Amino acid sequence: MLFRNVSIFFALFLTACDLNQINNPYPKDQDGQAILYQSFDERPKHLDPAIAYSENEYAFIAQIYEPPFQYHYLKRPYQLIPLTATKMPNIQYVNKQGEKLDANADIKDIAYTDYIIDIKPNIRYQPHPALAKTANGDFAFHHLSKDQIVSLNTLTDFNATGTRELVAEDYVYQIKRLAHPKTQSPIAEMMKNYIVGFGEFSEKVKQLSKTAIKDVPMSGVMAINRYQYRIRINGKYPQFMYWLGMMFFAPMPWEADAFYNQPGLSDKNITLDWFPIGTGAYLLAENNPNRRMILEKNPNFHLEAYPSEGEPEDKQKGLLNDAGKPLPFIDKVIFMLEKETIPYWTKFLQGYFDASGIASDNFDQAVQFTGSGGARLTETMQKKGIQLQTTVETSSFYMGFNMLDATVGGYTEQARKLRQAISIAVDYEEFISIFMNERGLAAQGVLPPGIFGYEEGKVGINPYIYEWLNDKSQRKKVAVARQLMKAAGYDNGIDPKTKQALILYFDTTSTSIDDRPRMSWYRKQFEKLGVKLVIRATDYNRFQDKMRKGNAQIFVWGWNADYPDPENFFFLLYGGNSKVKFGGENASNYQNPAFDRLFEDMRNRDNSPQRFQLIQQMQETVRHDAPWIFGFHPKRFSLSHSWYKNRKTHAMANNELKYQRLDTAARTQKRQGWNQPIFWPLLLVGVLFILILIFAVNAVRSRTRKILQ
Amino acid sequence: MISYIIRRFLYAIPILIGVNILTFVLFFIINSPDDMARMQLGQKHVTQQAIDNWKQQHGYDVPLLWNAKAQAEEKLTKTIFYQKSVGLFLFRFGTSDSGRNIGADIKERALPSLAVALPTLILGLIIDICVALMVVLFRGSKLELGGMVVCVILMSVSSLFYIIGGQFVIAKVLRWVPISGYDEGFAAVKFIILPVLIGVFSGLGSGVRWYRTLFLEEVEKDYVRTARAKGLTETQTLFRHVLPNAMIPILTGVVVVLPMLFMGSLIMESFFSIPGLGSYTIDAINSQDFAIVRAMVFLGSVLYVIGLLLTDISYTLVDPRVRLS
Repeated sequence: MLFRNVSIFFALFLTACDLNQINNPYPKDQDGQAILYQSFDERPKHLDPAIAYSENEYAFIAQIYEPPFQYHYLKRPYQLIPLTATKMPNIQYVNKQGEKLDANADIKDIAYTDYIIDIKPNIRYQPHPALAKTANGDFAFHHLSKDQIVSLNTLTDFNATGTRELVAEDYVYQIKRLAHPKTQSPIAEMMKNYIVGFGEFSEKVKQLSKTAIKDVPMSGVMAINRYQYRIRINGKYPQFMYWLGMMFFAPMPWEADAFYNQPGLSDKNITLDWFPIGTGAYLLAENNPNRRMILEKNPNFHLEAYPSEGEPEDKQKGLLNDAGKPLPFIDKVIFMLEKETIPYWTKFLQGYFDASGIASDNFDQAVQFTGSGGARLTETMQKKGIQLQTTVETSSFYMGFNMLDATVGGYTEQARKLRQAISIAVDYEEFISIFMNERGLAAQGVLPPGIFGYEEGKVGINPYIYEWLNDKSQRKKVAVARQLMKAAGYDNGIDPKTKQALILYFDTTSTSIDDRPRMSWYRKQFEKLGVKLVIRATDYNRFQDKMRKGNAQIFVWGWNADYPDPENFFFLLYGGNSKVKFGGENASNYQNPAFDRLFEDMRNRDNSPQRFQLIQQMQETVRHDAPWIFGFHPKRFSLSHSWYKNRKTHAMANNELKYQRLDTAARTQKRQGWNQPIFWPLLLVGVLFILILIFAVNAVRSRTRKILQ
Repeated sequence: MISYIIRRFLYAIPILIGVNILTFVLFFIINSPDDMARMQLGQKHVTQQAIDNWKQQHGYDVPLLWNAKAQAEEKLTKTIFYQKSVGLFLFRFGTSDSGRNIGADIKERALPSLAVALPTLILGLIIDICVALMVVLFRGSKLELGGMVVCVILMSVSSLFYIIGGQFVIAKVLRWVPISGYDEGFAAVKFIILPVLIGVFSGLGSGVRWYRTLFLEEVEKDYVRTARAKGLTETQTLFRHVLPNAMIPILTGVVVVLPMLFMGSLIMESFFSIPGLGSYTIDAINSQDFAIVRAMVFLGSVLYVIGLLLTDISYTLVDPRVRLS
């Protein structure tokens, strides 16, 4: 009987496993389906579009929520196009008296800018219990009893769903949500400066519940009719357009708050922060951030077609093969929690993840560099048909000087020369080569490539640090840096006050053993000038505290663009954003009135030759003052399998899944080929075990006999 | 015995309060409520107003331990410590600082932790005891010496090596099981085979040595000599007499860890993507989520107290001479 049960168990087990692909982590019934398998290594904190701001949160919500505008998937430079809007917004300038001004009105005359946005009719929300109605027309689940809530564990436990049309009022409602202090939107404080009436609304509703804001008006935001709304902002702020392409400005039905804010639901983790309700191509079908999150095609998704235009080489790459076809192509996206790089990489190589980044440990296995410095896949990867895509991210990493510091800060010629000398000595090309597997581009200024104002070639180099030799930029020799040190009063790195090597302090949060080589490298860079660099490693909170109080001297910092506009980078050096004085993002506390004037002039202009000129002047000013050692712009390397189609890396957009397609037949075939189990060692182990058992039994018998004798 | 158990539970209360105070103090020495707010609000555009709002929303806008500005008993009750701690003693863990219900998360994560830890414990126990008995059987021989050398080698290797090596050989090269992941119900079996095997193997060296010591102590006792004198074989002596008498330390050693099985294993769960409680605490520490840290430390100490109590009770079950009073 026992033998029979064991046999049945093993039979069941082996059937469940499928001996052909015994290592398949997914159920067999998923084979051949258009399911994209991705991973996430950290669970998202928020999925509420009013709160979410991180890349790992946008990876989910950008597929679900739809702001009025989006980035064109294929065109470069990055370009905003309508998403739920029928066209780009009608922008109207208004003076203090409320009179309309011309499009080319002087900035000084513009008191307000109105963004009038028309949205497409017949866009419907995903099926959701918050929108379910009874036969009488009442909401089915807006007044749940305690008993009803006890039986609920997740959103799928609701026995009915409903939908309704997206209306302009939903966009207005979301902006009100941004302003409500209880929502805790990260952009609320910033938007108070821009959206008219935002701050007053926030003050007015601070004592009200989240559900009580629907009928409270916000003076600067209003629905003009069912499909049109207006946002009035203070002055002229052209970058506001980019905010309208971000999730913060996605629509939210008021019913969502009415539904989720019922007492008891949050105890079950049924909240708007965990169960989104959107109009996008996908809906969140399963939300288990401890294990996996599943997006499924939204059955109510409106008509949207694959783009028919792109960059010139896109056609050749096959990126326009699906032009005009309705989106999305993929039925389901499964995100698996995968914290460690080893299993993540192995699963990618086995074909169980469709795409992958490249961790440092696996870089040499995946990528090699040609003589000219170009990256290409290794033979192993090429044999598997894996594709490599690289793109420079719209980010800047830099080593900053605290301009309030008595030694490295200040605006004297001596201090400037000291900073310039250090900027030459700290060889970021070497840093990129040693620590980043060449995945970075040494920065010549504040702006990364792809941002308006960025210049390539000879005209784009930082003349204080580089020279143009043999048709490429080359870092100046250390001898030049030493000359600058001498001119700064630190001949051979000797501090005239102490008659000993100048001591500088580098504040960092890099405290682990893995960070030691990097710290040692920094020390060596400063040693080139005879300067002693003292590393002051501390935890994140203490470091932040030092930065706020201006107690750091030299530090490393980075910025990831919110939107592809030079203003979003230069504001990091604007005096009005000084971290110590105003708690802003200017971590170096750089404050040069000339630069500030240029910035104030540049930020509100539309892209034009005049704006370009202003940007070049600003670049020149900061290159000369050197409040930063312009570090690098990281390059993103991503891999995907041959069956994963229509993939084009986009540094700004996150809603790319709807454009992508899978060749599932090719995937099934390749997976089977790559994952045949090898059983002979099992047999060997079995034989070995039996031999050991025989030996042990014999040994025991002979020993027992010996003892008895 | 019931009065003993009640007394032990009452003793546990000051211990748990002490643990709670210690966790609280240690956490807030390193992190201020402002730091926590900054961590939760992200790194961009964080203003002091936003921080103040966050603190108010999450109940961190009052003093830590003593509210000098409050009246009467509110000096104590209107503090972060009081307001965040009282619920714990009623097992109301509240919501995490990122807004999720901690109780629901713990409930969801406890089972996967147990699914790996329990088979590892049981299988490990059986194998360790069997191998230890075999080693004892060959005591004084080269086989025992060899066995002990192997045990020391096994003990000396980091568990991380077993995990990475196991994943490489079994999952990557031989492709017998998925390298990581988890599923519900019976489908979970294929995912837990490898972590269980690695768990058993990595504990083999220390386990065998420990049980061997216990058995060696027993085999020298008079009743064993008597058993042998009766004409029993060595195997019979070991399994019928030595093993039951060595059960007290074995059982107490096992019982004390039983409640802790719920807490899971940090490294194992992380490498095998098991959605258990092991990584829950460390994730919370990294994200400075005090609510989760406090709840998990409290739960850990409660389980530890329960474990010790169960150990005492198990003494009476395996050894009738022991009486709790």
